[in-house]
Amino acid sequence: MPQRVPQQAGGNPAGGLTRRAFLSTSMALAAAAGAEFVTGQAPALAQTRTLHVLEWSSFVPAADVLRDQQGAEFGKQAGVKVTIEHINANDLLARATAAIEGRKGPDILQLLNNNPHLYAGGLEDHNQLIAELGGDKFYPFIRDAVTVDGIARGVPYFFGGGANTYRKDIFQKVGIDKLPDTWEEHLAAGKKLKKFGMPIGQTLGHTFGDAPGFAYPLLWSFGGLEVDEKGKVAINSKETRAAVDFVKEFWFAACDEGGLAWDDTSNNRAFLAETIACTLNGASIYFVARYTPEKTVPGMADKIGHFLMPRGPAGRFHTVGPFSNCITTYSENKDVAKDYIRYCHQKEVYEKFLVTNKGYINGPLPEWQEHPMWEADPAITIFRELPKYGRRAGYAGPYDRKAAEVWAKYIVVDMFAKVVQGESPQNSIAWAEQELKNVYERA
Amino acid sequence: MKALPNNAVTTRSPGTLASAEASARHRSPWLASISAWLENEAVLGYVLMTPALLLIVVFIAYPFSLGVGLSLTDKLVGKPAHFIGLRNFTHLFESQIFRTTIWNTVFFTFSATVLKAVLGMWLAVLLNRKIRFARFIRASVLLPFIVPTVLSGLAWLWMFDATFSVFNWVLRWLWQTTEWLFNADFGYFRGPRWLGDPAWAMFSIIMVNTWRGIPFFAISFLAGLQTVPAELYDAGDIDGATGWQKFWHITVPLIKPIAVVVIVFSFVVTFADFQVVYVLTRGGPHNSTHLLATLAYQLGMGSGNLGEGAAVALFMFPFLALVILWQLLYLRKEGSQ
Repeated sequence: MPQRVPQQAGGNPAGGLTRRAFLSTSMALAAAAGAEFVTGQAPALAQTRTLHVLEWSSFVPAADVLRDQQGAEFGKQAGVKVTIEHINANDLLARATAAIEGRKGPDILQLLNNNPHLYAGGLEDHNQLIAELGGDKFYPFIRDAVTVDGIARGVPYFFGGGANTYRKDIFQKVGIDKLPDTWEEHLAAGKKLKKFGMPIGQTLGHTFGDAPGFAYPLLWSFGGLEVDEKGKVAINSKETRAAVDFVKEFWFAACDEGGLAWDDTSNNRAFLAETIACTLNGASIYFVARYTPEKTVPGMADKIGHFLMPRGPAGRFHTVGPFSNCITTYSENKDVAKDYIRYCHQKEVYEKFLVTNKGYINGPLPEWQEHPMWEADPAITIFRELPKYGRRAGYAGPYDRKAAEVWAKYIVVDMFAKVVQGESPQNSIAWAEQELKNVYERA
Repeated sequence: MKALPNNAVTTRSPGTLASAEASARHRSPWLASISAWLENEAVLGYVLMTPALLLIVVFIAYPFSLGVGLSLTDKLVGKPAHFIGLRNFTHLFESQIFRTTIWNTVFFTFSATVLKAVLGMWLAVLLNRKIRFARFIRASVLLPFIVPTVLSGLAWLWMFDATFSVFNWVLRWLWQTTEWLFNADFGYFRGPRWLGDPAWAMFSIIMVNTWRGIPFFAISFLAGLQTVPAELYDAGDIDGATGWQKFWHITVPLIKPIAVVVIVFSFVVTFADFQVVYVLTRGGPHNSTHLLATLAYQLGMGSGNLGEGAAVALFMFPFLALVILWQLLYLRKEGSQ
């Protein structure tokens, strides 16, 4: 006859939990979780002061490392646990939407361009902070990016922009003696480069930086605008037509036609793989060649130079993409978050950040343009010029959520992409006009 | 017949019985009444169904009703919503991006589902043959289905890369070899712009979705094929039926019920696909690969226009509901036969 195992029904095998103990523990944990769900607060024993910052994953890896170190340093000083989360810039908007609608998530969101306008309802008033950290000294185009109905919904931290990264040796080899200053000269140079087998590389894909960074300045330089000063759609103009006609010729005569679907990293790879000789980009291609030479062909860094966007009939323009730190209204650590932003803007702290970026980013105040860092490496000095030509999306209309929506929908980029794909210029412009009206003239 | 002793009708030992009785004596009255209540099968049925019901309510019904509510408002992220009736839907129809997206979604879904069904059936027939290492091969076939879509999507992204595409590398090699064989100069061959040309981009996302979906079809069809009695094929052989005739008149009718379920399920999942497009093209070039799910994401999450994003997402519902309804009616009809 089999022996009965003592207490088996009650369940206390050696070293294990009894069923009753298991149930009690589970119920206690469930109750604790339930309390957190209801009150929105963790149990007292789990509470420590924390600061969660969500920001982009930089194209300069050393800058992310520094940000983490500075976060830890601030945490030590303030007695808080700082978590800095770096994600792909293309995904920041989705995370911000989820956080603000769910009223849970990062205390500070890093938002690009004028995206603070999209999320104004979920962002704190930063007027006081702005006044403390520079006030009217902030560049107007980055201050406008965070100012919604007179209230700052974030503090601009830096801005970035692109210049044409080019191969000096290839330019010389194909007989380009003078760097292109106008679109016509750029086209002529591109023709030579394409004939040589290393064309200009440009994206017209759905990607946050390089595609709008090319399409908007090109449109502006021919005098085209998405809206006029009153916010009325103004894309259908002879100036836009000239820009569209130019792109059609430029694309096939001078560009790598495979670039239509590139993202912001594709041109970096193509340039470093020596399949293109010129591309609109930040300084990240140069940095890879200069600071990680083992990843490129020998001597590549010395062959790289930069020049500004070409000039058109209406002038020379660059997009200047601000990155702003925005404290959320749901944050339970607003004071700590404000202190953190103050800390990041302290002269010595910011200087380290600027120097680590080595010209990849520009400071939010004009005084940073005087920093000796800009002279240290002639290859990147040109990026200091960007603020002079900086223009914001949605120009000449208000810099509001509608401008952000047009940018997010890639309407201007797609207008050019359509014509490159064989759509007639008038149809491409008519399409863009209709889509812009859907955004700007919607009730 | 000798009667069984009383203690033979139970497997419990006297000691166990005594213990149970003692336990019952000590059981509190409310516990006893719950036990009695659960003895009622009708009650027990509902109790057992409750967890599943709760899951459906929390994870399906609530988000769905929230989506319906949002689609009828002008909800912007971080701002209060106002009821605007069907204005989001009428506004969507004014957008060519939306109209293009509907066409893309329909084309993508039909093409990918047909390809998956045909190729899945072909693979299932092959796998149903007596081959060496059959189990290993059948398990291996499932790999594309098992690997997370985003991961495999990144691998495909690299294979479609405009500069480094392995497909184009192979095609160029073939091109040059042909030139060498014929001692001719056909000119420079670059290869397709997989993600840069609207037609090739659509082809590419259909190809990846098909690659990922074939194993599901193949394994499901294989399960169906293995239920077809071999005698029917023997009878077909005796009657002189060709391979195709046996497939069409024996295999297809017998696996039709399982095929309908698999195709409808795949249709629904393909219609709502997001990951393949998000990883490969993000809807580009110029919206030529946007599907309803990616457009809803772009409008809702990218532009903060949650009301309009919800309207796009909800636009899928009537189509999918009709498909599911048809499937249910079909299965009921099959069941009654």
